[in-house]
Amino acid sequence: MYWLNQHLLSLVIFVPAIGAGLILMLPAQRSGAIKRVALVASLVTFALSYFLFSGFRANAAFQFIEKVAWIPGYGISYHVGIDGISLLLVMLTTFIAPVTILSAFDSIKKRVKGFMIAMLLLETGMLGVFAALDLFLFYIFWEAMLIPMYLIIGIWGGERRLYAAIKFVLFTMFGSLLMLVAILAIYREGYLALGQYTTDYLKLLTVDLGARAQIWMFLAFALSFAIKVPLFPFHTWLPDAHVEAPTPGSVILAGVLLKLGGYGFLRFCIPMFPGATTLFTPLVVALAVIGIIYGALVAMVQTDMKKLVAYSSVSHLGFVMLGMFALSLQSVSGSVLQMVNHGLSTGALFLLVGFIYQRTHTREIAAYGGLASVMPGFAVVFIVVTLSSIGLPGLNGFVGEFLIIVGSFQTQPAGAIIAVLGVVLSAVYLLWLVHRVFFGEPGKVVSSGTGSDPEQLLDLTSREWSIVLPVLALIILLGVYPKPFLNRIEPAVDNLVHTYQETLLPESAEQLKAERLIADQELEWVKDH
Amino acid sequence: MTWLDINSTLPELIILATALLLLMLEVLSTPPRNSFIWVALAGMGLSLASVLGTPLSGNYYGNMIALSTFTRFIDVITIALVMCTFLFSAPYLRRTLEERGEYYALILFAAVGMMLMAKAHDLTMTFLGLELLSVPLYILAGFYRNRISSNEASIKYLLLGAFSTGFFLFGIALIYGSIGSTNYDIIQQAIVNGQELSRGLTLAGFALLLIGFAFKVALAPFHMYAPDVYQGAPTAITAFLSTGPKVAAFAALLKLVIVVFAVTTRHWWGVMWLLSVLTMTVGNVTALVQDNLKRMLAFSGVAHAGYLAIGILVGTSDGAFGLLFYLAIYSVTTLVAFGLVALVEREQEDGLEVSSYRGLAQKNPFIAAAFALALLSLAGFPPTAGFTAKFFVFNSAVEAGYIWLVIIAVINSLISVYYYLRPVVAMYMREPEDDRRVTLPPITVPALVLLVLVALGLGIMPFTLVQSGVSAAASLF
Repeated sequence: MYWLNQHLLSLVIFVPAIGAGLILMLPAQRSGAIKRVALVASLVTFALSYFLFSGFRANAAFQFIEKVAWIPGYGISYHVGIDGISLLLVMLTTFIAPVTILSAFDSIKKRVKGFMIAMLLLETGMLGVFAALDLFLFYIFWEAMLIPMYLIIGIWGGERRLYAAIKFVLFTMFGSLLMLVAILAIYREGYLALGQYTTDYLKLLTVDLGARAQIWMFLAFALSFAIKVPLFPFHTWLPDAHVEAPTPGSVILAGVLLKLGGYGFLRFCIPMFPGATTLFTPLVVALAVIGIIYGALVAMVQTDMKKLVAYSSVSHLGFVMLGMFALSLQSVSGSVLQMVNHGLSTGALFLLVGFIYQRTHTREIAAYGGLASVMPGFAVVFIVVTLSSIGLPGLNGFVGEFLIIVGSFQTQPAGAIIAVLGVVLSAVYLLWLVHRVFFGEPGKVVSSGTGSDPEQLLDLTSREWSIVLPVLALIILLGVYPKPFLNRIEPAVDNLVHTYQETLLPESAEQLKAERLIADQELEWVKDH
Repeated sequence: MTWLDINSTLPELIILATALLLLMLEVLSTPPRNSFIWVALAGMGLSLASVLGTPLSGNYYGNMIALSTFTRFIDVITIALVMCTFLFSAPYLRRTLEERGEYYALILFAAVGMMLMAKAHDLTMTFLGLELLSVPLYILAGFYRNRISSNEASIKYLLLGAFSTGFFLFGIALIYGSIGSTNYDIIQQAIVNGQELSRGLTLAGFALLLIGFAFKVALAPFHMYAPDVYQGAPTAITAFLSTGPKVAAFAALLKLVIVVFAVTTRHWWGVMWLLSVLTMTVGNVTALVQDNLKRMLAFSGVAHAGYLAIGILVGTSDGAFGLLFYLAIYSVTTLVAFGLVALVEREQEDGLEVSSYRGLAQKNPFIAAAFALALLSLAGFPPTAGFTAKFFVFNSAVEAGYIWLVIIAVINSLISVYYYLRPVVAMYMREPEDDRRVTLPPITVPALVLLVLVALGLGIMPFTLVQSGVSAAASLF
């Protein structure tokens, strides 16, 4: 047990990879066994990560730390640990992964073995990014995710999959290679300041980088993360990747992969380059707000369901970025929570679109209509998820959006006001989608079925229920009782925001302390209601 | 000459003896030809044992050669490369033409040349090594006597190679003329103490030497021969051609720069910077439009020479270590990649296009996975060793202040991702056009294991090579 406790985080990271290794040894014909191994590996990971959640002490320090020298001469070590921010995203990853794998049971027909291996390796990569506390290790995980995702889009995707896959790789690589240069530059600055070579995040955090250097490094890191988020105008790879990816690929892409960008901003850009952050805040906020409105407007005119959901992602992630760069306690907490919420609701939307696509083989909104009369169960689930995405009070989306907007009003009032407009717009396009698909005159699909057989439009199967029910449960849980989650985020965010403010304005520390008290009280209020 | 001298070149002598034995066996032709490979492998194995078993250092043969951990590092790479070449050659030769003793013997001679180049402590010795490496390769490039492209490759390589040798020799002459010696130590002393005039002549000599080296490692604009020669030569030879001379020439250039010309860096760093940028850009951009895999890998080799040149330019111990690490990773992955191309190749130079790799993952999952691993490592994706190698080289350049060079290099890496992924796309994302499978000869398995150990093993556990690499680099200073 002691050993287990000491290496809990590493186990969480590498159990999926071990699962992938097991699958590698199974013959490709035994797809049933392969699927079961993959599901069990991801469930074990989730179970282990629950111990992370329950054992996590609500303070700002990194926990479950493991550190082993890796390339000693270069000060590179295997250093992992999590704070409240990474904890939540680790939980999101381990939760979404089994859901995704279960959904692949039906939707992935060919080369199941390769798919499950890619999926599990992808999970290890994502968990590694959230847990890494060493820049070299972080970069390895960050880039290692690329290949499995590339294969998932490129092998199991739709018609234009090759184009989408290579676009995804080239966009992501462009950002991350410049980030590599910045990491090397920080490494050098760290040596000059500390007198030792190290890529350790916690040590490098204490290095005071010059104002000019900060600007360049911020730009290099931010470009990489902005492409991943994606922040307007770096979003153009996203609709292609989403539309062409197979359903499980879209789910993991929307559910977790996009959060890596936001996480990167929180973990690296803001704490390491506070000066540059202040300088670029207006720009990032402007781009975030443009993204909110632009994504919503483009989503409104889409005729393809999957594309609509993809553009809604651009809009919703604009909220996340706005909250993050508003840099108040509530807005950043809301932003972290909203990342989780978006992962759940948009992931669920992609799942549901996948379910219906499997029955009808069309994603054209115009082909639907009156679906609620044939698939009532599906309709209920879809509407609940949509409402969560819009931010209906009582569901998860509300808590995050509310915190972001309230928090942003203090520091970025203009951005917050326009963002509210974005909430309205998201209600418009999502409810309109629901209206067109589920109500009104029966559309082509409903009246004729696929081909000739309307019987094919069966309601959700028991497996599909088992996929969506856990997601629905979490959506409602986060909506009515976000306290255990916010409790764990808050100390880390608090630490982040106040370190940031104090490095910039050391003289007004007294005033900040007072504001901090008020902010804490407000957050308590939100948690209790 | 003493016993100690002979002892210091024991690995080379063993290889030479093996080569001569093979030539004799070929003439006698009593043993079956398919046993030649085992003789050659046994010779290389013995040589490896003597490299690892006699950790000598110091100067021998009247200061002509100098041994250190650096030369041992290069020796081990050389032996690994030659053995891998043999492993891929045997099935290739059996398939395309009869096996001949001189084939192995020529490669063995070239191996001796490679090892001597790294050990040379005197320009005449460097030249000797260079020629001993080059001449067998001219012959090997034209080993398919009945194929026009092979003959063309051989002639092209010979003519341009002779031309560059001329530059090299002229460079030695200038240096000898201004200083009166060809010994590394004496030249270095003379540069430090010398007059401006003699320094000018010496630098002119160095510039000519640089051209000779640039030709051998295919730095742009001296790379023009490479694609044609690599394409025309028998594929198993191309594998060696694209790695062997690069390892030896970069090792010799690194030693020459660090031991002799480090004090004059301010005179030539701009040239090296330009060569590096030009080489990586020309290599990568031209590789983008190649459909023939041999040509694509040839241009990829040119591009990698550009990254390697960064290590020479930096010239610090970190730079030297980065260069050595990169050389080890690059040479093994490229050699195995060419070896796999040789396996997939069919009669009459068929099956070299990217399109003939369609669906290979479904027909031959192991070959496809190995080839994909080699390509991803060359592209520098973590967690492969290709990334670690780039990290070390780029890091040394950032430390030395060449930040723009690194930015250009990473943009080049991005370009390279596109063409390295094209065969991966063909293998994994396209359906096979026919059901012709490739048989994987059991003899090539050790080479594939080495690839996995190097490309993946060193990617995840780089520390296993870092220590020997660092001490090899340190022994130069």
